[in-house]
Amino acid sequence: MSDSVLFDAPGPRARRRMRWVNAVAAVAVAGIGAVVLVRLGAKGQLESQLWTPFLTGDAWTNFLLPGLRYTLRAAGISIVTAGIFGIVFGLGRLSASRAVRTVSGAVVEFFRAVPVLLMMIFFYLGLGHLHLVDPTDLPLVAVVLGLTLYNGSVFAELVRSGVHGLPRGQREAALAVGLRRSQSLRIVEVPQALIAMLPALASQLVVILKDTALGYIITYPDLLDAARRLGSANGNILQALLVAAGIFIVINYALTRFAGLLAGRVGRRTAGRARAEAPTLVVATRDS
Amino acid sequence: MDDGYLSQYLSLFDEFDVAAAFWVNIQLTFFAGVLALVGGTILAIMRISPVPSLRWAGSTYVTLLRNTPLTIIIVFCVLGLWGQLGITLSTNFQTNFFRLAVVGLAAYHAAFVCEALRSGVNTVPVGQAEAARAIGLGFWPAARLVILPQAFRGSIAPLGNVLIALTKNSTVAAAGSVAEASGLMRTMIEFRPDVSLAIFLTFAAGFTVIVVPIGLATTALSRRLAVAR
Repeated sequence: MSDSVLFDAPGPRARRRMRWVNAVAAVAVAGIGAVVLVRLGAKGQLESQLWTPFLTGDAWTNFLLPGLRYTLRAAGISIVTAGIFGIVFGLGRLSASRAVRTVSGAVVEFFRAVPVLLMMIFFYLGLGHLHLVDPTDLPLVAVVLGLTLYNGSVFAELVRSGVHGLPRGQREAALAVGLRRSQSLRIVEVPQALIAMLPALASQLVVILKDTALGYIITYPDLLDAARRLGSANGNILQALLVAAGIFIVINYALTRFAGLLAGRVGRRTAGRARAEAPTLVVATRDS
Repeated sequence: MDDGYLSQYLSLFDEFDVAAAFWVNIQLTFFAGVLALVGGTILAIMRISPVPSLRWAGSTYVTLLRNTPLTIIIVFCVLGLWGQLGITLSTNFQTNFFRLAVVGLAAYHAAFVCEALRSGVNTVPVGQAEAARAIGLGFWPAARLVILPQAFRGSIAPLGNVLIALTKNSTVAAAGSVAEASGLMRTMIEFRPDVSLAIFLTFAAGFTVIVVPIGLATTALSRRLAVAR
């Protein structure tokens, strides 16, 4: 049993009682599911013509797969740009210069506190007004910029906390063999921190992938938008959204499992602690 | 640009009620937060219970909801629940959209509340439960006196993070036709594109003012209540 802190290993009487409770609970859970299905059936939502469109090639080749391609494109570009942003500002937060540290800290904290959607809307309308970007690329650029600034800040935080999470001996040893402070950072500490952050990075990919769906609000033709168009064409928007959600769930579940696997693998290659969870937003009170 | 950037920017506030838009976000956060706390607590109890079927149901819910984009959930609430199934939560059009968005936000964040509470339980070392049993406490006394108080303290910081995420995510209600801050920002920038940067910074500052105190308060609280080990 996973949460053994609360329960002792059950004895024979407890086990018998548990079998009963388990059966009753299973019936209750199944009952809730059955009620939902019956209500849906009563409203005619289980009719086969609402679901069969998803078995045709047309729905996939003309709607869902192009939508998924747009979603993955925005997510893919954002991962690379956010990674660069994160390393630059993460190193900035570790810099020996107080000014660089303060500026990077302010940038990172600002972009973590502002909702991603606000940034996307601002870039979408602002860049459109300035005519800096080709109008057809505008939604993609706005989505990528919003995702880069937010997730890049999260990555910067990962780099910083990764370096802080290393045992003190790593830096002491580097200084003892005659490396300077910046060399120790570059050659010894940051590489290990990057390896330690790999699993958390994989978890953050889930966040990026989910947030690409915000592009729907600024007319980016992503998977959600494709599902909505497909749904209004066939009058089955409920089913179309469920299918789109299913695609997201499968990809994200695989990513989460991969992150967990990675955390077990890379643990040996770094002195830091590899965690599968993405870092949470902790407002900086006492900085570095 | 004849009468100055600043006065152009300030004249916007005569026309648009920014505070009212933020008030909608705060209301969304409050109602969805209360619902998510209730739902998340129930899910957490299911997930730490010794009953396999309840554990399975709880973890299935969390896996499904946590991996679905919030935007899809909100759109589902409006276009699916209301548009296709005809579920109405109020006769007033605006209130109906507001309540549907609250349901969507609560359903999504309940999964994260559940994980925050569960991580609190996981901070309690097994030795605490063993010591409680060793001095003769049964299941309920051990849970009430020893384990749950420590688990609650350990989950304050992650719960604060969920609340911060919920505050920021309340802007996604725009996808469900709720008139809130991000929608107003869009209208204002479309109305006055020449001062768009100042408008964006105003709204960004508004969210920072809401989010940073929550973060500071929960961090301070979790430090003060931290169990010394």
